[in-house]
Amino acid sequence: MILKRVFLNRLSGTWMLITLVIILSLPLVIGIALYLKASPIFESQSLYQLIVSTDWSPCNGNFGFWPFIFSSLYVTVLSFLFAAPICLFAAIYLTQFSSKRLIQLMHPVIDILAGIPSVIYGMWGIIIIVPFVSDVLAPLINIKSSGYSILAGGIVLAVMCIPYMLNMLIETFNTVPIGLKEASLSLGATSWESVKHVVIKKSYPGIISSFGLGIAKAFGETLAVMMVVGNMVQLSFNPFEAGYPLPALIANNYGEMLSIPMYDSALMFAAFILLVVVLVINLVFRYFIHKTQSQ
Amino acid sequence: MNKQKEIEELFFKFLSGFATYSLIAILGFIIIIIFVKGFGALSLDMIIKTPKGGYYYGGEGGVLNAIVGSLYIAFGATFIAILIGIPAALYINVHLVRYKRIQNTIRYFLDALWGIPSIVYGAFGFTLMLFLGMNASLLAGIITVAFLITPIIIRTFDEVLSTIPKGLHEASLALGSTRTEMAFKVMFKQGFSGFITAVLLAFGRGIGDAASILFTAGYTDLIPTHLDEPAATLPLAIFFQLSSPIPEVRERAYAAAAILTIIILIISLTARGFSKKYSKSNLK
Repeated sequence: MILKRVFLNRLSGTWMLITLVIILSLPLVIGIALYLKASPIFESQSLYQLIVSTDWSPCNGNFGFWPFIFSSLYVTVLSFLFAAPICLFAAIYLTQFSSKRLIQLMHPVIDILAGIPSVIYGMWGIIIIVPFVSDVLAPLINIKSSGYSILAGGIVLAVMCIPYMLNMLIETFNTVPIGLKEASLSLGATSWESVKHVVIKKSYPGIISSFGLGIAKAFGETLAVMMVVGNMVQLSFNPFEAGYPLPALIANNYGEMLSIPMYDSALMFAAFILLVVVLVINLVFRYFIHKTQSQ
Repeated sequence: MNKQKEIEELFFKFLSGFATYSLIAILGFIIIIIFVKGFGALSLDMIIKTPKGGYYYGGEGGVLNAIVGSLYIAFGATFIAILIGIPAALYINVHLVRYKRIQNTIRYFLDALWGIPSIVYGAFGFTLMLFLGMNASLLAGIITVAFLITPIIIRTFDEVLSTIPKGLHEASLALGSTRTEMAFKVMFKQGFSGFITAVLLAFGRGIGDAASILFTAGYTDLIPTHLDEPAATLPLAIFFQLSSPIPEVRERAYAAAAILTIIILIISLTARGFSKKYSKSNLK
């Protein structure tokens, strides 16, 4: 009886440890696998060349990733500019000013926004945002645009990132001790002044981290962006032009990548870049959060 | 001076309130658009029939193959994720409970793992699939999605487990139970609401994700009967049909999107309901 229990204990303890090790080694395994798959491409081009070259002609063996990296950065920055202020103000309102009932209502709203699959956002983008960009925004400044553009990608991406950033911001503001705010109020500050000078100042690291993680999330988002961004290899600062972010490059070309030499290495290299960028951003900002939490 | 303060106060209160209510408006806007567009094209045929000949030119049929395929993949992946994720979460909270530093480091890495984009998991799954000599199949899709959702299960479950008072551990151990018995009979029971939430969250993510199965699950008009057959999925069905030039086919994408949205809504609301219901009856 006791032997059986001890045996069971050993067995399940080992299984628990194995599962934990499996899952923790996953990023390393993914990284190594993608790197090995991508490594043939380093023989023909240097890493620096791959990243800064703008010449993308797979048939001639030229793989310049700059147009894709540029598009990814551009869409991400745009989406951040749209989403960040909304998230910041909404988080302030929900944690400082709002009634209990509104908070109760907002919980499922955030949950559902976060749960809607990216393909649905993409479809919504095609139905609403793309025509909005081509028929309303572009004529405003006398530009012709098909609507499938960096701008449309940025808007859709912003909506997708809002629940993610908002959640983290709310958590951050909730950790500010109420006593601090009360002290500020009792010194005669208005409630907005105490938010501005106490709550925001106190949660500065948390705000920066939430923004950083939101950016990482936006950088890796695939399907929704790909559906509205136009997918054309070009370098343009005009947000009404089409772009071609890295994730879209991978997703669009998996079918034909076996017929052109080195093409699959190039795509795996793209995946490798995504992994490294997102993982590094995540590790840095999460470290920030963990550091401030443990203090 | 005071006037200026008041105006600033009012302005920012209004601005932040506006931001909050605009979020509700955005969600309502998205859901309404999806449902209005979708219900116009939704019919019983969409749900109970697989695509017939000429379906992609506007012929008869439905997306039953994609609905079933998505459910298979989501259930399969969630099952694997439970097998890996639950023991891992229990290990963090039972065996490592005395090592705060290790616990925090593990959580830190898991959080980072959660952030990896699904297209990267897709590319990795594809590489793994070629390495093992598999074809695009139900099994490959399930494994890839399982990788994607395991960190979600672990972290969500772990979050609840970590709030269980240490006294319960000690009481259970003092009564002579082994750590395994303590893990499954005390911790698991206490954290059951977290378990349900974690599973539903992971299931919702699994059924809605497209980028990870784009390479690995393939696409077919048939309902898969074996693990090594390709499987259609709802997100990909929407994606492919949307890019069709024929209006009727695009209409069907809207209908499929409405079906997927309803599934996601049910899952989200159930998850929230469950975590509320059980957190009340739990010891706190």
